[in-house]
Amino acid sequence: MLASLFGRLNWDSIILVKEFEDPDLQLLITSGAAAAIPLGGIFLVLLLWYLKWWKPLLGWLTSVDHKKIGVMYIIFSVVMLFRGVVEAVLMRTNQAVALNGGFLSSDHFNQLFTTHGTNMIFFVAMPFLIGLINVAVPLQIGARDVAFPKLNSISLGLTGAGGFLITISLLIGQFSTGGWTNYPSYTGKLVNPGPGVDYWITAIGLSGIGSTLTGVNFAVTIYKMRTKGMKFMRMPLFTWTALATSILLIFAMPPLTAACVMLGLDRYLDFHFFTNDQGGNLMNFINLFWMFGHPEVYILILPAFGVMSELSSTFAAKRLYGYTSIVAATMCIAVLAFFVWLHHFFTMGQSTTVNAAFGIATLLISIPTGVKIFDWLATLWGGRIRLNTTPVIYLCGFLVLFVLGGFSGIILANPTLDYQVHNSLFLVAHFHNVIIPGTLFGILAGIHYWFPKMFGFRLMESYGKVTAWLWSIGFVITFMPLYPLGLMGMTRRTVDYTDPAYVPLMLVSGAGSLLLGLAFLFLIITFWRSIVNRKQLVTPIGDPWDGRTLEWWTPCPVPEYNFAVLPEVDSRDAFHTAKERGDAYAPIEKYEDIKIPSNTYFGLIIGILGCGLGFGLVWYMWWMAAGSFLAALATIIVYAFLPEREQVIPAEEVRRVDENWRREARETYGVTRDDEITEANKGLARPDVVPG
Amino acid sequence: MMSNPTPESLHPGLNLGEEHGEDHLEAETSVFGFWVFVMSDLVTFGMFFAIFAASSAPMWMAGGPGPKDFVDIGSIAWQTGFLLASSLTSGMAVLSLKERHAGEGASRGRLIFWLLLTAVLGFGFLYREIADFVSMAQMGAGPTRSGYLTAFWSLVGLHGAHVTAGLLWCLTIVVGVLVRGVDKRWKLALLRWAVFWHFLDVIWIGLFTFVFLGGLI
Ligand code: HEM
Ligand SMILES: [Cu+2]
Repeated sequence: MLASLFGRLNWDSIILVKEFEDPDLQLLITSGAAAAIPLGGIFLVLLLWYLKWWKPLLGWLTSVDHKKIGVMYIIFSVVMLFRGVVEAVLMRTNQAVALNGGFLSSDHFNQLFTTHGTNMIFFVAMPFLIGLINVAVPLQIGARDVAFPKLNSISLGLTGAGGFLITISLLIGQFSTGGWTNYPSYTGKLVNPGPGVDYWITAIGLSGIGSTLTGVNFAVTIYKMRTKGMKFMRMPLFTWTALATSILLIFAMPPLTAACVMLGLDRYLDFHFFTNDQGGNLMNFINLFWMFGHPEVYILILPAFGVMSELSSTFAAKRLYGYTSIVAATMCIAVLAFFVWLHHFFTMGQSTTVNAAFGIATLLISIPTGVKIFDWLATLWGGRIRLNTTPVIYLCGFLVLFVLGGFSGIILANPTLDYQVHNSLFLVAHFHNVIIPGTLFGILAGIHYWFPKMFGFRLMESYGKVTAWLWSIGFVITFMPLYPLGLMGMTRRTVDYTDPAYVPLMLVSGAGSLLLGLAFLFLIITFWRSIVNRKQLVTPIGDPWDGRTLEWWTPCPVPEYNFAVLPEVDSRDAFHTAKERGDAYAPIEKYEDIKIPSNTYFGLIIGILGCGLGFGLVWYMWWMAAGSFLAALATIIVYAFLPEREQVIPAEEVRRVDENWRREARETYGVTRDDEITEANKGLARPDVVPG
Repeated sequence: MMSNPTPESLHPGLNLGEEHGEDHLEAETSVFGFWVFVMSDLVTFGMFFAIFAASSAPMWMAGGPGPKDFVDIGSIAWQTGFLLASSLTSGMAVLSLKERHAGEGASRGRLIFWLLLTAVLGFGFLYREIADFVSMAQMGAGPTRSGYLTAFWSLVGLHGAHVTAGLLWCLTIVVGVLVRGVDKRWKLALLRWAVFWHFLDVIWIGLFTFVFLGGLI
C-alpha cells in the first residue's frame, strides 16, 4: 500500500534524515544546502504572511502582462544564479586544495558540476534572457502585449516546474551526476538506476517545452504585432536578436525534448535507444543533444549581442553603425548554428573529412561575429560615451573579454588542436569565457539598462559599477589560469589530482572564484540599496538614458497597456527622431478604450501540475504522475470552454494618465548626459552636444 | 488574445477571404502561430525519423525480427485509407464553415457531421494501428527487443499519440460547437485543428513511404 503511494520514495531519500542518522562532512555540506530549502520556504511563507503579500503575489503569478512575466523570469533566475554561484565557488575551492584529495567526495563533486551546468544554462541564462525579451520586445515593436499572453504564462509555469524539480533534488534524493550533457550509457538504468537522472530528464523536458512555446510566441509577436511603420529593417537590434533566438528555440528545442523522451523510455520502459546492448547506440543521443546544444549557445549569446548593440548606440548617443550588417550577421549566425554541432565531439570517431567539414563551418561563424564586434567599436568611435555608467563597464568588459573567448573558440574549432585540449580545463575556460563576459554581462547590463522600465527607478550606479568590475576582474582571475592548466593536461570534471604542478594556478583560480561570489553579493546589494533609496532614483518620465527606441517612449513604470496610443514609426530609432523634431511629448487628440486580457490561473495550474508530473515520475509515484498529466489535459480542455475575460480601460482613464505624463514631460527641464547618474535624472533627456 | 495587426503584418498565405473582417485579423496571429508550432513539431518527428533511419541496418536489429517479419501491408493500406479519407472529411468540415459565412445558411449540423465522420475514420485508423502493435508484441517484436524495434515503435507510436490528441481535440470542438455555437473562438480552434490534422497526414505519408514500404523493400 505504502509502496504504491510513495513509489520508491522513503525517509532516507530526504537528505536531512540521512545526515541525522549517519553524519559526515559530505552530507553536512549537502544537508546545509538541503536545509536551506525548507527553511527558506518557511521564511518566505512567514514573510509573505507578515507583509500581507499573498494577494499581490497571486496577482503576479496569474498575470498575463508581458512585463510582469518578464520580471518573474528574472527574479527566478536571480534565485537560481545564487545556487549556481555557490556551487561554482565550492567546486573551485575544493579543486584549489585537491592535490591528492580535497574535501569533496567524487560523487558529490559530480553532482555539483552537473547541477551547476544544468542550472546555469537552463534555469539561469535562458530564463534571464527570456525575461529580458519579455520585458523589452513588445515595447520595442510598439505592441500592447505578446501574441499569446496566456501561452506566455504557461511557458513561465513550465520553466518554474523545471526549476522546482532541480531545486527539490537537493532535499529529496539527489541530482544526476552525468554532467549537463548527461550522456548515456553512464546515465542509463544499468549504471545509474537512482532518481538523479530522472530529475534531469523531467526538469529539462518540462522547461524545454516551455522554451519551445516561448519561441513560438515571440516569433509570432515579432512577425505579427509590430506597430504601424515598424518595418523589419526598422526594428531595434534587440528585437532582431530576440527573433533569431525565437527561431532557434523553435527548431533547436525539439531535439533536446526528443532526447529526453528517448532516454526516459530507455530508463522507464527498457527501450533500446542508447543502451550498449540489443542494438542501442549512444552516439544517437550525443548527436541529438548537440543538435540542440550548439544552437543553444547562440540562443544564449544572440540576445546578449542585442543588448550590447542597444547599449553601444544609446551610451554613445549615436546611431548604430552598420545596422544592416549586424542584422545580416545575426541571421547568418542563426542559420550556421545548425550546421556545426559535430564540433562538440570531434574525438568520437568520425572520419577526418567529416571533422574537417564541421571545423570549417565552425570557423565560418567567427566571420559574422567579427563583423559585429567591429560594428560596435565603430558605433562607439567618436561617440558621447559615458564611462561612469554601469552598462558601459559591462560593454567594455564584453568587448575585451568576449573577443578572447572567441579566439580560444577558433583554436577549438580546429579538429587537430581540439584533439589535444578537448575535455580539459582549456575547454572549461573557453566556454566560461564566452558565457560570462558574453551572456552574463549582457544580461546584467540589460537588467541595469531596463530596470527603470520594470520598476520605475534606476539602480544605483555606485554599487552597480563595483559589481560590474568585480564580475570582470573575478572572471579574469578565475578563468584565465584554466587555459594554461588545460594545456598542462588537467582534465575537466575531476575532483582531485596528483600533479603538484597544478597547485599554484589552482589556488589563483580558487581565489578568483571568491571574487565572483563577492560579485554576486554586490549584485544583491545593488538591488537592495536601490530599493531602499528608490525615492531618489525614480525616473517617472521614462527616458533616463536618452534612449532611441520605442520602449523609452513610455512612462516608468510602464502602464499595463504599454502605449496609450500605439506609436507610428517613420524611421529607425523613431523615438530619437521624434525627440529631435521636438514633438515626442506633444498632446494627443484622440484616445480610445483599451482592452487587455484579465489574469488567469491557467499558467499557474499547468506549472503546479508539471511539478506533480515530474516528481511523480522521478519517484515512481505513478498515481501522481498520471493524475497530474490527466489533470493538465482536463485543465486545457476546461479553459477552452471558459469565456476569455478581458478588462476594458476606459478612454478617459487612459487620457488622464497619458496627458499627465505628457504635460510633466513638457514642463520638466530634463538633464543632459552629464547629470544622467544624479538624482536630477527624472527620466527626461535634454540634448547635449556630441563632440566631433 | 490580443492583437494589433496592421496591414503589413497580415500574412498573405493564410487569408480566409475578405468576408471574415475582424475575425480575419485574429485568425492571422492564431493560425500563423499554430503553423509555427507545427514546424517545431515537425522537427521532433524529424529527430525520431533520423533515429529510425540510423537504426535500420541489421546490426541494430540485434538478431530480432525485421520489417519483413511483421509489417502487414494490408493493414497499413487500411490505415492509410482511413487517414487520407479523414483528411478529406476534415477539409469538408472547414469548408462548411466558409459556406455558413457566405450566408448560404449551411447549418452547424453539417459541420458536426463532417467532424464526427473524421473522428470515426480517425478511430478506425487507431484501431488498426493498435491491433498491429498488439500482434507485433505477441510475436516477440515488442519495442524492448532491439534498437531497431525501439525506433520503429517510438516513431510510429509518436504519430499515433498525435492522432489520439487530434481526435480528442476534434471531439472537444464538436462539444464546443454544440454548447456555444459556431463562434469566433471555435472557428479559430477548428482552423488550427485542421492544420494539425493535415500535418499528421503528411507525416503518415512519410511513415508509409520510408518505414513501411521502405522496410519491405
Ligand atoms: C560565477 C562564476 C562561475 C564559476 C566560478 C564557474 C565554475 C565552474 C566550474 C568549477 C565548473 C566545473 C569545471 C570542471 O568540470 O572541472 C563549471 C562547469 C560548468 N559551468 Fe560554470 N562557473 C561559473 C559560471 C557559469 C555560468 C554563468 C554558466 C552558464 C550560464 C556556467 C556553465 C557551466 C557549464 C555548462 C559547466 C559544465 C558542467 C559539466 O561539466 O557538465 N558557469 N563551472
Ligand atoms: Cu558548439
